[in-house]
Amino acid sequence: MIEYLDFHLPVLTIVVPLIAAPLCVLLGARTMAKLLSWVVCWITFGLSVWLVAKVSAVGKISYYLGGWEPPYGIEYAIDPLNAFLMTFISGMGAIVLMYSGPSLSDEVPQSKHYMFYALYLLCMTGLLGMCATGDLFNVFVFLEISSLSTYALISLGKTRRAPLAAFQYLIMGTIGATFLLIGIGLLYQMTGTLNMADIGVQLESYRTAGVVVDGVQGPPHWEGSRTMLVAFAFLTVGLCIKMAVFPLHTWLPNSYTYAPSVVTCFVAATATKVSVYAFIRIVFGIFTPTFAFELLPLDTALWSFSLVGIFVASIAAIYQTNIKRRLAYSSIAQIGYMLLGISMANQHGLTAGIVHMFNHALIKGGLFMAVGCFALRLGSVHLDDWRGAGKTMPWTSLAWATGGLGLIGVPVTCGFISKWLLLTAAMENELYPVAALMLVSSLLAVIYIWQVVEVLYFSPPSEKAKKATEAPLIMLVTTWVVVGATVVFGVWTTWSAGLAGDAARVLLGGGTP
Amino acid sequence: MSSDQFFGLYNYWIVVFLMMTGFYIVIARKNMIKTVIGLNIFQVSVVLLYITMGKVTGGTAPVIPPALAGQHDAHDQHDTHAAPSGHTPAANATAANETVDHGHADHVTELAHELAHELTHDATGDAIHGVTETAGVIYTNPLPSVLMLTAIVVGIATTAVALSLIVRISEDYGTIEEDEILQMDRRQ
Repeated sequence: MIEYLDFHLPVLTIVVPLIAAPLCVLLGARTMAKLLSWVVCWITFGLSVWLVAKVSAVGKISYYLGGWEPPYGIEYAIDPLNAFLMTFISGMGAIVLMYSGPSLSDEVPQSKHYMFYALYLLCMTGLLGMCATGDLFNVFVFLEISSLSTYALISLGKTRRAPLAAFQYLIMGTIGATFLLIGIGLLYQMTGTLNMADIGVQLESYRTAGVVVDGVQGPPHWEGSRTMLVAFAFLTVGLCIKMAVFPLHTWLPNSYTYAPSVVTCFVAATATKVSVYAFIRIVFGIFTPTFAFELLPLDTALWSFSLVGIFVASIAAIYQTNIKRRLAYSSIAQIGYMLLGISMANQHGLTAGIVHMFNHALIKGGLFMAVGCFALRLGSVHLDDWRGAGKTMPWTSLAWATGGLGLIGVPVTCGFISKWLLLTAAMENELYPVAALMLVSSLLAVIYIWQVVEVLYFSPPSEKAKKATEAPLIMLVTTWVVVGATVVFGVWTTWSAGLAGDAARVLLGGGTP
Repeated sequence: MSSDQFFGLYNYWIVVFLMMTGFYIVIARKNMIKTVIGLNIFQVSVVLLYITMGKVTGGTAPVIPPALAGQHDAHDQHDTHAAPSGHTPAANATAANETVDHGHADHVTELAHELAHELTHDATGDAIHGVTETAGVIYTNPLPSVLMLTAIVVGIATTAVALSLIVRISEDYGTIEEDEILQMDRRQ
């Protein structure tokens, strides 16, 4: 039995929540669905921890779905990077679900709760699948599973703007996913395979050795072919929409603002990060850094868009009085830091990008969870109503302040680690202006975070804040678990930075971990 | 570009035309239903792109032709030595090995045998995977069509979600024109 589970581990982590999701709908009852999804989330988390343990013991795992060998069948390729990401997603999923109870009852009508649980599990399935799979078309399918459930989750919001935000996201998201599909099609047309590793090998041999036509060895195509270029463009733009890179970010602020608090916590912590992961896989695994960064100016494009995005979004964040919207703009800025790291395409830069992916997910998850607590007790997410809440809700306010320090990048929090690595990488590449701009942009984060802290602690309490009581224990505890993790990973970096360093080495074509 | 090239690629012209039409509708139309229609046209163009790339000149649908299947049945009735129909390809392949010794030309089992052979021995080298020429019949590549079945399902799901969102928006706002909705929101 244990051996059987052990063998099928990669697929079980995805199949378990996938099967549980329709069961939630069939059960129909609120408490039953809640119980089921709690159990399933923790089981999934347990399975992915097991997967990490297995990967660190035996190295890369290659699982063939239905026993069909790649490149004919679908392969699930698990390495330390995506195993860790899967653990993070399922862990975050389980914690946010524990947190969800009171907030969900407040914001979503009880009759719709079982639907929420079903969608939540589906969303998690899609995100986990995108990480696990080694098949390019499978990435598209899982991307759509997670996106479709996210649209529905966002539309559960209280106001009438929620369905509108979900619709706008749906239009943008579908265009992004369809771009991805076009790119996948073009790559398939060129290589005749959908397995990511196999496509990488075929493209590399096409570029360095050429193709054999009728037994005659053709010349190498160093610059790649036009099909390759177009496919690369479609895949990049498609994923940039999903990542909410600066000029393609328009769907994000409304979605995060009008979705129920719980949904925002989970989606903000995971969805865009998984797209960043898919982007890393496609650029480094399929197209190779040489093609993307030396033949094509992807690095220049990425860092210029990132820097503009960081500044525009951070400045926009300062002017928002709706806290959820403020954090949403901050998310757009933070994606910029991740891409900045990736665009440097060296050991330090890529490590910084990956580390920031994890760290920012924790920080933003924690901050949105604090916002959820305030929204429950104050009934508002507007800055004016938060005045003086530091006195009546001390623990939640402290969670906000701690998470905020992480976002700014103060030492001893994990935000500092990623900023430090990013700065080192920029110095190493002699991109001094980039390094300077990064430091200046951190000051903008100080403004939009500290403004809220000041309002919480140093303003005379508003009517709502006077009547408020501390958030329910379960919400406080879970918020503090996440916020505490940002401090833990700021001090103890073996897991985050060490693992990201190994992953970066492998992605850049170095030795295996 | 010669006219041959131009007309030879007519599938791709249709694909590009549909793609741009759909994309333009999505960007330019403010009516939500029209946006969804544009999105559908956009997705259909991608379906056509995949089907086009899977097409092999002169190829037929990747299904065993009834004529050959009929021969197989007839053969079974005559020859007790051959395995009955309804086998796994591998079993058929071994059956084929036996029957070849007898001088019987069983096209169906031969086909299965060759397919099995191709799957096990010819994993690399072929520039175009999936082009299978057996028993004089050329088949088109079935994989893009299968992928598109999935993509169509995804498209239907997207349309369904979009339409149900539009229903809710129309209930809440009383209109599905994006301009009017934005104006209403701004007035609040």
